[in-house]
Amino acid sequence: MGSTVDLKRLTNTLALGALWLAALSTVAVLGTLILYVVVKGVGALSLEFIFTAPHGVRAEGGIGPTIVATVYVTGLAMLIVTPVAVLAAVYLAEYATQGRLVRAIRFAADSLASVPSIVMGLFGFALFVEAMHLGFSMLSAALALSFLMLPIVMRTTEEAIRAVPKYIRWGSYGLGATKWQTVRRTVLPAATPRIITGVILATGRAVGETAVVIYTMGTSINLPVSPLDSGRSMTTHLYILATEGINLQTAYGTALLLMVMILSFNLAARLIVRKNRRIQG
Amino acid sequence: MMDFAPALADSSAQQTKIRVRDLDFYYDGFHALTEITVDVHSNAVTAFIGPSGCGKSTFLRCFNRMNDLIPGTRVKGTVLLDGADVYAPGVDPVDLRRRVGMIFQQPNPFPMSIYDNVAYGPRLHGMKRKSQLDEVVRESLERANLWKEVKDILGRNGLSLSGGQQQRLCIARVLAVQPEVLLMDEPCSAIDPTSVQKIEDLMAELKDGYTIIIVTHNMQQAARVSDYTAFFLQEEAGAAARLVEFDKTGNLFTSPKDKRTEDYITGRFG
Ligand SMILES: Nc1ncnc2c1ncn2[C@@H]1O[C@H](COP(=O)(O)OP(=O)(O)O)[C@@H](O)[C@H]1O
Ligand SMILES: [Mg+2]
Repeated sequence: MGSTVDLKRLTNTLALGALWLAALSTVAVLGTLILYVVVKGVGALSLEFIFTAPHGVRAEGGIGPTIVATVYVTGLAMLIVTPVAVLAAVYLAEYATQGRLVRAIRFAADSLASVPSIVMGLFGFALFVEAMHLGFSMLSAALALSFLMLPIVMRTTEEAIRAVPKYIRWGSYGLGATKWQTVRRTVLPAATPRIITGVILATGRAVGETAVVIYTMGTSINLPVSPLDSGRSMTTHLYILATEGINLQTAYGTALLLMVMILSFNLAARLIVRKNRRIQG
Repeated sequence: MMDFAPALADSSAQQTKIRVRDLDFYYDGFHALTEITVDVHSNAVTAFIGPSGCGKSTFLRCFNRMNDLIPGTRVKGTVLLDGADVYAPGVDPVDLRRRVGMIFQQPNPFPMSIYDNVAYGPRLHGMKRKSQLDEVVRESLERANLWKEVKDILGRNGLSLSGGQQQRLCIARVLAVQPEVLLMDEPCSAIDPTSVQKIEDLMAELKDGYTIIIVTHNMQQAARVSDYTAFFLQEEAGAAARLVEFDKTGNLFTSPKDKRTEDYITGRFG
């Protein structure tokens, strides 16, 4: 009798320990990774690193143009994808008769999200760079990236819209608002914080994207000005430096900056969610 | 046949704002209301009472066609507002809802500033001038007994107010579109006593200019605030609810004609 109780207690303790270890390992992996990149990369960081262009065969100096190219292309992609994704989500959540067609669209969006990014890169190359004659450019890359971001923004927006309580909509209808007025003046503003969160998460995803941009914006180190200029993203720069073993110090510095950017995106998304929860609660 | 006489109690003296005849209501397969006939008087407060689930909210939503928003619902019979059928083809429910405003059980301010909440309706209907909007916002908040509490914080989010203040904000929001009828669905069931008092006060102040219908599960409240009372009852589970008795509030509470009304108001069931 006593021994079964002991056994039960032991199993319980073991199970708890396993769960705890599993949870801890997630944090440990992230922590080790960050620590590693910081240790290897922090020596490279300086104002010069951020603001000047690379020079010489060993790509000494800074990575300025690649930062500009990365910000440029993700900003452009964000501008392209947000209105399209939001309109599509409004249609799906508010207007479409829920049935086969809507399920098909949703399935298509989910499938789009699971297309390997290298495939998306090749597709972007064929469609935008070649067929549409946009060349290796910020625009080609932004369009290809927007395909990648579209399903994320669309699904989070759709969920955000569905999460707006029915009684808030009824308040608007009750004042003599039409459906469109209700959507535009009540539902969308109420859903905005969550929509922004979705856009930020998708943007963070795009900042870290490599395969898509290699095939669509090129690899030459330019300071892009017009949307039709080519350029090299931070990820591409990192990839080239690392695979060719040219300058690992700079590669780690670039990696560190990338991680800082992406982590701050995630942090911003969390802050918006939390702030919003406080207002609604 | 139903006996119409009690449902048309003493309508000679006062004007009828809403005339309901033989109304039946269905949710998909569920027959919720049957053979409802009643006259609602203007410049008076009419209370709907009855056990929970007997269709009071459903009936209320027939007056501004809010049930149209629920898929699969169906109405039979007529609802006449100033003599015109609100379910006639060609009637736009959007226009109807401007005339027939609604306050919900759950205070539902929009997640925007107090000012924007009240200005929402007027803006929908084309009011743009700041001075005009300021005026409407102040007047509506005053009539909703909320102005004194919020006049210095009009820019604050409506959701930051207490539940009772939120409910009065919702009342101000409805008053701002100048409806003729106010439908109030258990407006006091989720709020603090001070706000309940203020809402009961404002109903008394408003009834000269409006036709007010209030659903309440609180019989003391019905007795306090209303001039007429309608008692609804669903006699057995799954059956459609009926209007059992309709009379001046004083009569209904002191000398109910129907045994079921008497049982209900003396607390024998529900
Ligand atoms: N959207 C709906 N779909 C189906 N049945 C509903 C819906 N809303 C209410 N009902 C049903 O209609 C009946 C009346 O509900 P309701 O009007 O809310 O009653 P009350 O307001 O008197 O409590 C109840 O049996 C309820 O379950
Ligand atoms: Mg109800």
